[in-house]
Amino acid sequence: MSIDAMNVTKQFGDFAALRDVSVSIDRGKLTALLGPSGGGKSTLLRIIAGLEKPDSGRVYIDGQDMTDVPARRRGIGFVFQHYAAFPHMTVWDNVAFGLRVAKADKVTTKRRVDELLELVHLAGLSRRYPSELSGGQRQRMALARALAVEPRLLLLDEPFGALDVKVREELRTWLRQLHEQVNATTVFVTHDQEEAMELADQIVLINAGQVEQIGPPEELYDHPATPFVMSFLGATTKLGDALVRPHDIEVLADTSHGSHQAMIERVLGLGFHSRVDAVLADGSTVTVQLTRAHAQQLELSVGDIVFLRQMPGTTVTAVAPSAAAEAVPDG
Amino acid sequence: MGALGPGAALLYLCLIVGLPVAALADRAATSHFWEAVTSPPARAALELTIELSAVTAAVNVVAGVLLGWVLVRDDFPGKSLVNGVIDLPFALPTIVAGLVLLSLYGPNSPVNVNVAQSRAAVLLAMLFVTLPFVIRAVQPVLLALDEEVEEAGTCLGASGWQNFRMLVWPAIRGATLVGAGLAFARALGEFGSIVLISGNIPFHTQVASVLISGQVESGDTSGAAAVSIVLLVLALVVLAGLELVVRRLARRRG
Amino acid sequence: MASRLLLRFGALGYLVVLLLAPVVMITYRTFEHGVAPVVSALSSPTAHHAIYLSILVTLIAVPLNVAFGLVAGVAIARRRMPAGRAVNLLVNLPFAMSPVVIGLALYTLYGRGGWLGDWLSAHGIQVLFSLPALVLATTFVSLPFVVREVVPVLEEIGTDQEQAAATLGAGSMTTFWRITLPALRWALAYGVVLTAARALGEFGAVSIVSGNIVGQTQTLPLLVEERFRNFDAVGAYSAGFALALISLFIVAAMTVLSRRKEH
Repeated sequence: MSIDAMNVTKQFGDFAALRDVSVSIDRGKLTALLGPSGGGKSTLLRIIAGLEKPDSGRVYIDGQDMTDVPARRRGIGFVFQHYAAFPHMTVWDNVAFGLRVAKADKVTTKRRVDELLELVHLAGLSRRYPSELSGGQRQRMALARALAVEPRLLLLDEPFGALDVKVREELRTWLRQLHEQVNATTVFVTHDQEEAMELADQIVLINAGQVEQIGPPEELYDHPATPFVMSFLGATTKLGDALVRPHDIEVLADTSHGSHQAMIERVLGLGFHSRVDAVLADGSTVTVQLTRAHAQQLELSVGDIVFLRQMPGTTVTAVAPSAAAEAVPDG
Repeated sequence: MGALGPGAALLYLCLIVGLPVAALADRAATSHFWEAVTSPPARAALELTIELSAVTAAVNVVAGVLLGWVLVRDDFPGKSLVNGVIDLPFALPTIVAGLVLLSLYGPNSPVNVNVAQSRAAVLLAMLFVTLPFVIRAVQPVLLALDEEVEEAGTCLGASGWQNFRMLVWPAIRGATLVGAGLAFARALGEFGSIVLISGNIPFHTQVASVLISGQVESGDTSGAAAVSIVLLVLALVVLAGLELVVRRLARRRG
Repeated sequence: MASRLLLRFGALGYLVVLLLAPVVMITYRTFEHGVAPVVSALSSPTAHHAIYLSILVTLIAVPLNVAFGLVAGVAIARRRMPAGRAVNLLVNLPFAMSPVVIGLALYTLYGRGGWLGDWLSAHGIQVLFSLPALVLATTFVSLPFVVREVVPVLEEIGTDQEQAAATLGAGSMTTFWRITLPALRWALAYGVVLTAARALGEFGAVSIVSGNIVGQTQTLPLLVEERFRNFDAVGAYSAGFALALISLFIVAAMTVLSRRKEH
């Protein structure tokens, strides 16, 4: 089911969480709402879910105006960062909740719940209480619970944020597989760009209440619309008037067209890549990332004068000479 | 403080509380105990008291949960003032509570509602003095409830009532029961607020505490003691029983 | 949302009908005929003595129960009190007892034929129908409040600080005054306020043990009742209003302190 949020604005007291935001989310895709904390992405997700009402703007789900429809009638599944497990019900009863509310018959309920518990690999734990489960297990239960009512839309609010790194990675892979199996339109909120890049078909980058860019991960990474997008999705370094990726900088022994003279300040070996910090004539530091082999080949040492140049054809965004990499909008 | 402290405290407790209660039990333990307790006026008073106290507890469950909910979840101007006012029945002397109710719901009532000398008056007084019990028991539990749990219920299609019944009530029922038990015990023994407004009519509006007071005045202390012991044991049984129920409920939480 | 408004008005309506409207009404009734009658009703020697007596009894009962509350609270929380169940029962007994029953219990103990009554009167000590009975009754009914406030706080803060103080050489009294007591400040204050409220307002128990002797054992609540029975409406309302005013301050103190004690 496709989602269209049009000109959504939401304020909490003095704080503008979302300002005239318009987003279109494709049916059947796995979309990430990515951005720094406090940027508005959770607010947008909750507005799509119907848990918050926008101050202005409309929300369409599959072409229908759902802005005034309460959350319980939108046919959505929602997964919370801290699981929101029902503490006094067993895993089985948790998953069955939505079906019981809809007064489904016992046979259907049993079949569906058992099916889902198998899907999320919790079948053996159905009699346990949420407090007896690990974080990862609770989140899988929450997912099964959300899927039980066959939602046309699956929304996840930082679903792996409360989990350990290892569990997070496992569940990431698992979510992708699940999405391929179940095929519901899925939107998840995250502040982890690695997670978004790995999982999403489409990324919506939101910062300070506004959309910076929408597109597939490669597009945002290779063709960032603004300096903010570029620096959020990967490391950047400023070379003259341009924002460039550290691994896209050539280190030359002699000056060349478009190169900048710099003195090497530090050479760090970090496993298979090396990091070189060099100071330009204007005093600013440039970070260059090279493969270890390459760095050794160049025989760089502190104090050397080198010439740095952006590799032709690589990603660059223009930055005004004195502007910071992240534009700060006035509130 | 060491060993002296606990010993002194225990002595104080026995002197102030234990000894008088023991003396009371002793005075009640006469051969006329059952006679005193089952005599028509005593039976009538005890039945009335128990019945109205139970109704009070029941009303408090509904009103207390409602008020607790509104005070925790809702927001309106003057809310913190309203929240403070809830403690008034705790702080107000019971005799004044009686006057307060009488001024509005007695003879000379400006709204023409006169319940003086009726059972309704007894119930009114009991409801007044027990107002805070369930509210204050339920408020902290509601505050601690994760709102996301109810949001999850909503997203899964539950209405406000279904959310309450299936998600909120299981969390608060223990506290509600404790509050209701305290309200029951309090109503059972209430005296000051009832004595002015109910008319104390034997077999009609005379509650057990008023009966006991009358028996003391007429010199029947063993009769009074007998009825007192019944009231006391009843209150203790209810409170202890509720504690057991609450403990069992808590165990199912897992 | 319509249901939210419905709930709100239902709840507030119950409050208005049961609590707020009557309280407003009594204020009106008290001053219905002006302030002068109220002032004169409270200036009579009887009223003065009743006020004095109520305050005196409270000023005796509260410190007694505070001392008990602190000592017992520490003993219970630090598990130094033996037979925990029995102690718990005794401490909570005043809550389960009708004030009239409490009065009767004291009556049977200290009255004629009572275990202590005969011995005391043989030695010329009068308890019933005089000040000691008032103190005993008031202390009984207001006993639990300080203990009940203090124990949870003590259990929550644990013994770490006290143990640290001991390793630094502090004796148990020093530890108590400088470490334990400050941590209990707000809970203790709250307990004191509740105790004072209960003591000032006590009616049922004192009505049994005091004999209600005007000018000698008649506390303010007893005065209210007597005036009411003598159809002295203004007199009863005035005395009642004085008590109600004090409780208003107590409620304000409770609100402020309860917020403080939850840190």
